[in-house]
Amino acid sequence: MKIGVLLKQVPDSEARIKVKADGSGIETGDIKYVINPFDEYGVEEALKLKKAKGGEVVIFSFGPKKADEAIRGALAMGADRAVRVDGTGLEGSDNYAVARVLAAAVKAEGMDIVFAGKQAIDDDSAQVPQLVAEFLDWPEVGPVETFEMVDDTTIKVERAIGGGSKEVIQSALPAVVAAEKGLNSPRYASLPGIMKAKRKKIDVKTPDALGIPAAEMGAGAALVKVTKWSPPPVRAAGKVLKGELSETIPQLVKLLHEEAKVI
Amino acid sequence: MGRPTERRGDRPTIVADQGGDVAFDGVDFMAFDSLLSEEERLTRDTVRQFVEDEVLPIIADHFQKGKFPAHLLPQMAELGLFGANLKGYGAAGVNNVAYGLMMQELERGDSGIRSFASVQGGLVMYPIHTFGSEAQKRRYLPELVSARLVGCYGLTEADAGSDPGSMRTHAVADGTSYILNGSKMWITNGSIADVAIVWAKLDGIVHGFIVERDTRGFETREIDNKFSLRASVTSELFFDDCRIPKENLLPHTAGLKSALMCLTQARYGIAWGAIGAAMGCYEEARSYAGERIQFGQPIAGFQLTQQKLALMLTEITKAQFMTLQLGRLKDAGKARHFHVSMAKRNNVYWALEIARMARELLGASGIVDEYHAMRHALNLESVKTYEGTHEVHTLILGEHITGIAAYGGRQ
Ligand SMILES: Cc1cc2nc3c(=O)[nH]c(=O)nc-3n(C[C@H](O)[C@H](O)[C@H](O)COP(=O)(O)OP(=O)(O)OC[C@H]3O[C@@H](n4cnc5c(N)ncnc54)[C@H](O)[C@@H]3O)c2cc1C
Repeated sequence: MKIGVLLKQVPDSEARIKVKADGSGIETGDIKYVINPFDEYGVEEALKLKKAKGGEVVIFSFGPKKADEAIRGALAMGADRAVRVDGTGLEGSDNYAVARVLAAAVKAEGMDIVFAGKQAIDDDSAQVPQLVAEFLDWPEVGPVETFEMVDDTTIKVERAIGGGSKEVIQSALPAVVAAEKGLNSPRYASLPGIMKAKRKKIDVKTPDALGIPAAEMGAGAALVKVTKWSPPPVRAAGKVLKGELSETIPQLVKLLHEEAKVI
Repeated sequence: MGRPTERRGDRPTIVADQGGDVAFDGVDFMAFDSLLSEEERLTRDTVRQFVEDEVLPIIADHFQKGKFPAHLLPQMAELGLFGANLKGYGAAGVNNVAYGLMMQELERGDSGIRSFASVQGGLVMYPIHTFGSEAQKRRYLPELVSARLVGCYGLTEADAGSDPGSMRTHAVADGTSYILNGSKMWITNGSIADVAIVWAKLDGIVHGFIVERDTRGFETREIDNKFSLRASVTSELFFDDCRIPKENLLPHTAGLKSALMCLTQARYGIAWGAIGAAMGCYEEARSYAGERIQFGQPIAGFQLTQQKLALMLTEITKAQFMTLQLGRLKDAGKARHFHVSMAKRNNVYWALEIARMARELLGASGIVDEYHAMRHALNLESVKTYEGTHEVHTLILGEHITGIAAYGGRQ
């Protein structure tokens, strides 16, 4: 089976994010980058599927050279090889453009199934898996909490639909499967895995090579534009009410009503 | 890696910087990371995540109960942590810097966990790899890599510590066997070991022998009244007419030098490990000092606190760069035993000082097991003593500087 995984390099969830003074983006200087955590579930599920069915696991990523670090992490977990889409003038590409080139890359490699994380934790837009499926004209399911193969061309997944209810979906392959947290527990990259990953191949392809003109990528061509970044307001210090309960409770109710405006 | 764990909240998310506490991300004051390769960083990060997820949540309890967390061994083996810097026989074969960073992260968890890895890799696999026959390597190394066998290293005796040359344990040839008599003391992993590398005199010359657990005349007894390294097993070994086959002699060992070569391996890992313990303590102290309010302000705002934090960060940073250079020399085949002595001596000394300072900064909270500094401090007391005491490393450096050995009268 040819198993693809969409993977994005994102700032560590532990990173402290600072918005640039002019609001044009975030300070990327000394942020630590990692594999998007939701994508790790995708990688893990792909590796499990490969173990059960044989074949290969191919990582697909859109990003600069720096993203090789995250890709190498997935190769160290056990993925076989990777395709990274990169080129000049790609900064500011929106989800639509990114999904379009990723779909083209997936198509060029001829995958049977593609896993993804349900969203990237940096911009949280949660659109790329659906868009990739649309460009490929495949079904998309997600966010999935369980995954199983019914037979060689059918999958069965579960997703939460609120209120504790689950939806069970059966889909034909090929399909895009977007992972929810808890789908599995991603393995650690082992030291021998890290050594092997050094020799695994990361193919770098330009949008042009995938049949998508560079002019249709990048900030200039974006359908959705980010106009400004701003940090959330600094949290004000909490208030502690002191005194007898008979006095503080009415005070608390009053504050909740008048200041916090929650009751 | 930013893998979401339950402990870090329900859902992974990136938050804007509002101060406050974040999970451990190492200590990197002077772009230390920029000197590491991708492979070295990946190794460190994978071990860091393992320690974060699997070691830190359980370690205080194991320490308090005096219990070695043996349940971690299969996972550590799966990660390829044992004998990771050796080549072949299933070992990971990472370079010495990646190996060192792995030790750093393990000891950020606990010195006992790092000790296990030091013994299994540096003191058991290394001598078999270096001084063993091909048959011995094939038989033992893959089993030790996978931790299906646990090893221990018996050099020290009750009356032969810093001066191992005065050991009494000895072997005599008898037909196709050697008969071993004597005892060893303070042996890490002793009671849980399936195989012991035992140093004993044969015709007056120290050699290494492989002794398997079920050999008749070989007994172990755990030392269970320790204040230090409580999450690690320390034992006595007894050999009473213990008959081992002649093929269990490590054929290429010749004299005490062979035993000391193993120690140079293990000490190298300890030098890195100490940095990990120090980093853990520094981060804990820094974060506590920012939150603890006394006299109406965070204690981090007092000059005396800042002096401590500045000293800690400075010493950690110095140790990082020295030890990285040591690792680069080792990879180039140019590290000498006195280089290793300098790093072990310096890093363990400062790690212990930093652990004590961190405990002090935590005030009374520092004495309970919710915090790590005191456990590290207690552990580091052993680390300062084993693998060559602080004084012995001073003397090794002294001998190198002056050309005069000052270990004592016997030589
Ligand atoms: C938890 C733990 C685990 C251990 N694990 C192992 C193991 O797995 N295998 C193993 O073989 N050993 C092990 N050891 C033993 C360790 O290596 C010895 O404790 C160490 O070598 C010191 O020996 P000693 O304790 O007999 O102290 P001693 O040698 O008696 O030293 C006592 C004091 O005298 C000082 N001293 C000694 N000689 C001199 C000198 N010439 N000049 C100045 N000062 C001197 C020392 O520095 C020390 O401060 C372990 C020890 C501990 C605590």
